Amino acid sequence: MSTVTWITARGLFGRRRFLMLLPLPAVLVALAVLCWSLGVAPADWGPPVLVGLGLAVVLPVLALVVGTGVLGAEIDDGTVVHVLTKPLPRWQIVLPKLAVATGVSAATVAVPIFVAGMLADSVRLGGALAAASALGALAYSALFLAMSLLTRRPVLLGLVYVLIWEGLLGRFVSGTRVLSIQQWVIALADRSAPTDLLSTTVSVPVAVVLTALVAIGFTALAVDRLRSFSIAGETS
Amino acid sequence: MTTISAEAAPAVTTSTLDLAGVSRWYGNVVAVNDVSMRLGPGVTGLLGPNGAGKTTLLHMMAGFLAPSRGAVTLDGEPTWRNPSVYRRLGLVSEREAVHTFLTAYEFVLASAKLHRLPDPAAAARRAIALVELEGAQDRRIGTYSKGMRQRARVAAALVHDPQVLLLDEPFNGMDPRQRLHMMTLLHSLGDAGRTILFSSHILEEVEQVSGTVQVMVAGRLAASGDFRTIRRLMTNRPHVFAVRSTDDRALAVALMAEPSVTGVELARTGLTVRAGDYGAFTRALPKVALAHGIRVRRLLPEDESLESVFSYLLEG
Repeated sequence: MSTVTWITARGLFGRRRFLMLLPLPAVLVALAVLCWSLGVAPADWGPPVLVGLGLAVVLPVLALVVGTGVLGAEIDDGTVVHVLTKPLPRWQIVLPKLAVATGVSAATVAVPIFVAGMLADSVRLGGALAAASALGALAYSALFLAMSLLTRRPVLLGLVYVLIWEGLLGRFVSGTRVLSIQQWVIALADRSAPTDLLSTTVSVPVAVVLTALVAIGFTALAVDRLRSFSIAGETS
Repeated sequence: MTTISAEAAPAVTTSTLDLAGVSRWYGNVVAVNDVSMRLGPGVTGLLGPNGAGKTTLLHMMAGFLAPSRGAVTLDGEPTWRNPSVYRRLGLVSEREAVHTFLTAYEFVLASAKLHRLPDPAAAARRAIALVELEGAQDRRIGTYSKGMRQRARVAAALVHDPQVLLLDEPFNGMDPRQRLHMMTLLHSLGDAGRTILFSSHILEEVEQVSGTVQVMVAGRLAASGDFRTIRRLMTNRPHVFAVRSTDDRALAVALMAEPSVTGVELARTGLTVRAGDYGAFTRALPKVALAHGIRVRRLLPEDESLESVFSYLLEG
């Protein structure tokens, strides 16, 4: 494990706000188990729990908190300077952090969404949802990591994207769905395990290409921004 | 206290940090205005009141801020957007930022590993010994006092034995013993041929550590060179006093005859007296007042703040 990965992981798990996220996946599993045990038809509880809660809330919110935390928290408290005063090419700082963010988000979402998908339909759907969520976690993490270098309020901006763009506009203005990570995840999962529980207007090739573009593009942007990282606001 | 030996880590090569016409502004505010200096081996103090632009200048030297105009180079290479300079440069920033969840040893070892040093554990132990933190090295930094955190940060910045070390207000929060130890450490590093620059707004700190100073006032380089010369300039500047008495007019006339007085202004609120020699004037005033039967009600030195000393240098 690289030193950057180690410091990032220790910093992430050492912060309390990370623990506050664990109830979200737990709620997802609890709701799925409850509906299944009560014998509710999967067509009734599947879309709101799998998509409405799992893909529209749990995945992006976890990725937001973790993705902005791996670098943003260090920028906020100034400890990032310790890593930056090293003769490391900046990609060697961004990539380990992206890996930690993606890994933690993917692992935390994949397990509950797998359980929920399995209960709603099949192991195949559970696996498809987990795999697609992991790819989604990569795209979200790259986006939110870059945001923590582009703005001083990455969490706020990230929430605006998730709630307003993906949540509100995605529901009413179908055109915005093309640029919605949530819809790409749905398209990818639906392709691997076709089911009536998932529906999207975005095609699979579009989802694949855009996921890759977002992951690569925002990572490259983060590397470039980190190269010109300035310590601002202290002029004593 | 252990003796700090510069021989433990000999600096083979020396480095020069060059600033050529460097300015930095934020919108309409000019933080650093056309500063040129060359820093070579030895300890240099960057002296100036708060808000003078010292930190902005240090950040530009350390590659954490782009100059709006001019160039900052380390041995000819720009420091901005060039991480390879950190092989030769160490920075201890003013902000107290440490990974509090790590122990000092883990923290310094992480620095050594990030520098890809051949034997990171040995380098970490050496750096921790240099700042005398061995006793507490296995405790979490979160439990440290401010001075101990500062030393942990210095150890992390020294772990790769850099030729250039920049420290922003390194003595803040240190007790006298830690301060003395840090001063000795900086001295020995400077004597071993390293280029050390530290900023401070406290004259005495600079006096004790460095022979060479760069004085910044309001974003400009006000003076630079040998500390003693600058200190003399500071001591010999005119002193201004506000005086109130039972008869300001008569006192003004009497003071004009005093050799230590260079000027007197009479206003409704009292006298403003300029004296060339601080001691001579304060000794002469009671005598003059007594001789003329005047009672002095108030005597206030008007410009004894460090800021006014700096302003004077700037005008000079």
